[in-house]
Amino acid sequence: MENPATSPKKSSKGGWISFLKGLLPTENGSAFVPPFSLIGWIFLLAGFFGAFTFGWVVYPVALYSRQPQPISFNHALHLDPDVGGIEGDTETEKCLYCHEFRDDGTFSGIPKLAKCTECHDDPESPLGETQQEKEFMEKYVAGQKEIPWLIYYRQPDCVYFSHIAHVKMGKIECQTCHGDHSKTEKLPIYRANLLTGYSINIWGKNIAGYKTNTWDRMKMDDCAECHTKKGHEENNACFVCHK
Amino acid sequence: MEKGHGHGNSYGMVIDLDKCTGCGTCMVACAAENNLAVRPDESDKQRSITWMRLYKVTNGKEFPHTEVCYFPRPCMQCDHHTPCVSVCPATATKMDYHTGIVSQIYTRCIGCRYCIAACPYHARTFNWWDAYFPKGKGLERYLSPEVSPRMRGVVEKCTFCHHRLMRAKNNAYAEERRELEEGEYITACTEACPAQAITFGDLKNPEHKVSELVKSRYAFRLLEKLGTEPKVYYLSTKDWVRRMADNYLPGEFKPIAKVKLG
Repeated sequence: MENPATSPKKSSKGGWISFLKGLLPTENGSAFVPPFSLIGWIFLLAGFFGAFTFGWVVYPVALYSRQPQPISFNHALHLDPDVGGIEGDTETEKCLYCHEFRDDGTFSGIPKLAKCTECHDDPESPLGETQQEKEFMEKYVAGQKEIPWLIYYRQPDCVYFSHIAHVKMGKIECQTCHGDHSKTEKLPIYRANLLTGYSINIWGKNIAGYKTNTWDRMKMDDCAECHTKKGHEENNACFVCHK
Repeated sequence: MEKGHGHGNSYGMVIDLDKCTGCGTCMVACAAENNLAVRPDESDKQRSITWMRLYKVTNGKEFPHTEVCYFPRPCMQCDHHTPCVSVCPATATKMDYHTGIVSQIYTRCIGCRYCIAACPYHARTFNWWDAYFPKGKGLERYLSPEVSPRMRGVVEKCTFCHHRLMRAKNNAYAEERRELEEGEYITACTEACPAQAITFGDLKNPEHKVSELVKSRYAFRLLEKLGTEPKVYYLSTKDWVRRMADNYLPGEFKPIAKVKLG
C-alpha cells in the first residue's frame, strides 16, 4: 500500500485557491453555486469587524476597573527644592527617603502614615497651601488612620522579589524600572483586572503584549529577559523569583 | 571566590540519629514555618501532608535487647539524576546548581504525581484538597507571607526553607555582603531541634561544620546505592541503623569495627 505521507502532494489547483474562488459570486453560470451572496459578505464582514473591535478595543477597557487613589499625591512637589522638598545626592537616595529599606534588607514599598507624619505632624498647620494636603490632614493625620493605597505592582502570592538585590547589589536606579517619578504630579488611576484581581501594571498595558517601557509590564519573562541580557542566567532559576 | 554567585553553594544537612529523640519538633516547626495546611480529620495519616516525616525503626529484637531509632526525613535534595526532576513533564521542579536546592513551583505543577512515584524517599505529597485552616482558631494568624500557599491538585515538598535563604541574602545585601556566614541560613527544623541533632550548612564550604561531619565514618545516606547523591546525611554509630538505610545482599554490608567510645 502506498504511504500517504510519502506520496506526492496533490496539485494545488484543487486546494485553497479554488475553494476561495468558489466563495466569490460568479456571473457565468458555472456548476458551482457560491455559498455567500453579496448580502452574506456584508454580514460576514460586519460580524468580523464587530467581533474584532469588541475583542481588541472594548474588552480590554471593560476588563479593568478604574479606581483613583485615596489621596492625590504629588511626587514632583515633594521633590521640589524650591518648597523645601526631599534632598539627596542621587536620584535613588531621594526615593529611598520615603521608599526605604528596613535594617534587615526588606523593602518597605509604599510608606506608612508614620513616614508622612515625620513632616506633616500637626494636623492644624499644613506645610503647603494645597487643598489636597488639607484633606489629607483632616482625614488621615488627625485620626491617625493609615492611607488605603492601591498598590500598582503587587505581585501574585507565588512571586518573590528582592529590591535590595537589584538596587544595592545590582546598582540599578529606581527609575530604570519604575520610570522617573520626580516629575509626575498625579498618581495614575489604579486598574485591576476584574477577573483575576491583578493590577494592569503587572499584566501589561497593551493587550497585544507589546511594551515600550520597563514599567509597562512586570511578568516572569520580563525578569528573565533582563537577567539574561545582563549575563545573570543563574538568576533565572525557579526559586530565585518563586517562593 | 569573590564572584559570589558564580562558584555556587551546595546546601546540605547532617542529622545525628544518636542524638535524635524522636520528639517530632522538627515536623511541627516545619509545618508552622511552611504554611502546611491541616486536614479536618488529621488522624488519617495517609492523606495528611508533612514535608518532614519521622520514621521509627527498631532492631527487631526481644525486650532486653530492643533498640529504637528515629529517622527524620526531609527532602533529600538529590544532587545527581534527581528522580523527580527527570520525570516532571511540566518542568515544575528543577535543581538549582547554585544552591543545590530542588525547587517546586506550585503554579506550574500540573498534578500528574509522576514525581511522587519517582521519588525513592516518599518526600513528596499531593494536595487532594484546597488548603484548610480552621476558622477562629487563630491558625491563620501564624501563616507566613514568605511561603506561598498551595492549591488543590499540586505536589509539594520540603524546600530546605528556601525563603530563609532569601531572607538571609537580603540581610547580607543590607550589609553589602554577598557571602553568607555559617548559620545565617538554617532551616526551621535545624533551628527547632531541641537535641541539636540537625546540622545545616554548605557542603562545598570546607569551613562549614557539615562538610566536616559528612567525612565521618559513621556518615551515610538513605538508599545510597541508587546513586541519587542525596544532600541529607545521617550519622549513627550503630551498625543495625546504618544497615536500615539501604538494601544489602547477604554479606554485603560492612559493619564498622567497634571503637572505644568516650
